[in-house]
Amino acid sequence: MALKQSTGKRIGVTVVAWVVAFLIFFPILWTFITSFKSELDAIAMPPKFLFFNWTLENYYEVQERSNYLKFAYNSIVLSIGANVVGLLIAVPAAWSMAFAPGKRTKDLLMWMLSTKMMPAVGALVPIYLIFRNLHLLDSLFGVGVVLMLINLPLLIWMLYTYFKEIPVDILEAARMDGASLLNEIVYVLTPMAVPGIASTMLLAVILSWNEAFWTLNLTTSNAAPLPAFIASYSAPEGFFWAKLSAASTLAIAPILILGWFSQKQLVRGLTFGAVK
Amino acid sequence: MGSIQLKSVRKAFGAVSIINGIDLSIENGEFAVFVGPSGCGKSTLLRLIAGLEDVTSGQVLIDAKDMTNVGPAQRGLAMVFQSYALYPHMSVRGNIAFALKMAGQSADVIDQKVRKAASTLNLTDYLDRKPRQLSGGQRQRVAIGRAIVREPKAFLFDEPLSNLDAALRVQMRIEIGELHEALKTTMIYVTHDQVEAMTMADKIVVLDRGSVAQVGTPLELYNKPNGLFVAGFIGSPTMNLIKGAPAAKRGAETIGIRPEHSDISTTAGEWPAKVRLTEHLGSDTFVYAEGEGIGHLTLRLEGEAPLTPGQTIYVTPREAHLHRFDKDGRRIG
Repeated sequence: MALKQSTGKRIGVTVVAWVVAFLIFFPILWTFITSFKSELDAIAMPPKFLFFNWTLENYYEVQERSNYLKFAYNSIVLSIGANVVGLLIAVPAAWSMAFAPGKRTKDLLMWMLSTKMMPAVGALVPIYLIFRNLHLLDSLFGVGVVLMLINLPLLIWMLYTYFKEIPVDILEAARMDGASLLNEIVYVLTPMAVPGIASTMLLAVILSWNEAFWTLNLTTSNAAPLPAFIASYSAPEGFFWAKLSAASTLAIAPILILGWFSQKQLVRGLTFGAVK
Repeated sequence: MGSIQLKSVRKAFGAVSIINGIDLSIENGEFAVFVGPSGCGKSTLLRLIAGLEDVTSGQVLIDAKDMTNVGPAQRGLAMVFQSYALYPHMSVRGNIAFALKMAGQSADVIDQKVRKAASTLNLTDYLDRKPRQLSGGQRQRVAIGRAIVREPKAFLFDEPLSNLDAALRVQMRIEIGELHEALKTTMIYVTHDQVEAMTMADKIVVLDRGSVAQVGTPLELYNKPNGLFVAGFIGSPTMNLIKGAPAAKRGAETIGIRPEHSDISTTAGEWPAKVRLTEHLGSDTFVYAEGEGIGHLTLRLEGEAPLTPGQTIYVTPREAHLHRFDKDGRRIG
C-alpha cells in the first residue's frame, strides 16, 4: 500500500515537473517554431502550432539585412573578455576575503551584493554622460567595462563560496614550502578551484551574453552585441514576428548550446555550498 | 643548525589569551614534544614558531636570529600537518618537488632529491599517483617527504598521526623516530597523546592553559612531576592521587603513587581495598579497586594476577616512589 502511494506520488511529482518545465521552455520553443513561419502564419489566429508551411525564408532575410557575424563577434568578445578581466580581479579579491578576512569582510560582501539590488536604470544617466564625455559610447571597451563591473559582485561571491571550501591547511603548507602569495594562488589555490572557477565563468558568460539593458543603451552599431541584433527587428516599421523570432533564435542558439552541454557544471556551480 | 628559542611569547585572539608568555629553548638536533590536553595552546605555539600565526608579543629566535616578523616561507622550517595537507591536484612527485620548485632549483637537482626522499620513505612506486589514490599511512609519508626534501632547519609536526589507526600509528611513530636518528635535525612534535610524547621525545614540554607546566626528559617528568597537573597527565594508566589521612600522615595535601609502585597482598597491608575489575593483558594485569577512605585505585601487576572482582586486597605504596604535593598542587621534595 505504502509503495503504491509513493509510486502515485512520484508519478504526480514527475508530471508536475514536466508541466512546469514545459511552461518555462514554451516561449523559447514558440520563438523557434515561429522563426520558420511566414509573417502571415506568425500572426494567424488561432495560432498555428505545427501545421503551416515551414520555411527558412526568415533566416535568409535576416542574414541579408544585417550582419549576424558582426553582432555575434561582439557578443563573444564582450562576454568572454569582460569576464576574463573580471576573474583576474575576482580571484585575488575572493582569496583575501576567504583566507585573510578582516572585521568588515562580511559587510563588504553584503555591500557588493546590495549593488545588484539597485535598478540599473538608476545609474543610466550618469553612466551615459560619463561615457559620452569619455568617448566610450559604442565601444567594445566601454561596454566591456560595464559588463565586467555588473558581474564582478557575482564572480567574487561565487568564488568566495568555493574558496571557503578549500582547507586552509593546504595553503599554509604551500606557505611553509616557500610559496609566495602569487605562487600560492597560481599553483595551489587556482588549480584546486578550477571546477568552481569554470562554473562561475560559465554563468557570468551567460549573463553577459544575455545582458540587454546596458548593451542597448550604450551601443549603436560598432560594439552592438546580439541583444541589439534582436532589438533591431522591433523597429519603428512594426513587429515582424517571424523575422524577430529568427533573429532571436540565432542570438540565443550559441549560449543555449553551451548551456546544454555544461548544465551539470552549472547546476553544481549554483548549488555549491548550499548542499553539503 | 636548528636551535629555536622563544622569549616571553604571548598570543591572544582579541581578549582571549591563548599563550601566556612562554620562554623555551630547543637545542639543535633535539626531538621536542609539546604535549597537553586539547585547548592548552600546543598547536598555536607550533604555529607561532612556524610563522603561520603572528605573536602578540615576545620573540621567536631561530639559530639565534630574530625571526618574529619573518614570514613562514623564509624561516627555513618544514611542517607536517594533521590533515596531511597534500596538494590534491599534484602527483606524489609534484607534492614532494613543490618546495624545491618554489626555491628555484634545477630540474636535475629536484629529480635527484625527490628520488632520494621517495626511497627513504618507500614511496618510489607511488611517485606518479595522486594523493587520493594513497592510503592514510602513505599520505602521511608524502607529507613527511615534502618536509625532508627541503633539508629544513627544523621539522614541525602538528599531531601528524592522529588520523591513522592504532597499528599504523605505532609503525609511523617508529619511522619518525628512525628519521630523527638518521637526519639528526631538530624536530618539534605536537601531540595530545602522552604515550607518543614519552616514546619519542628527548625533551617534553607539558603545556597547561597556555603556560608551560614542566619541561624535562620523559623520565624526569615521569619520576619527578613538579605538580599535580603533570603528575596526572604523564603516565598511563594515570597516577593515583590520594588526599586526606594517608596524605596528612606524610606531611602533604595530596600524595601520588603510580599504578606499578604498590605492593599487593591478600592478607595484610596499609590500605584495604575491594577489587572492582581486573584487566588481563598477559604481560600485565590492571586492577581497579576501591580503597576504604582512599577512593579509586588503579594498580598494575606484572604478569598474571589471580584476583577476582569483590575480593579484598591490601595495598602498600612503596615509600621511595611516593610523590607529595602541597595545597597549591606543587611538588614537595
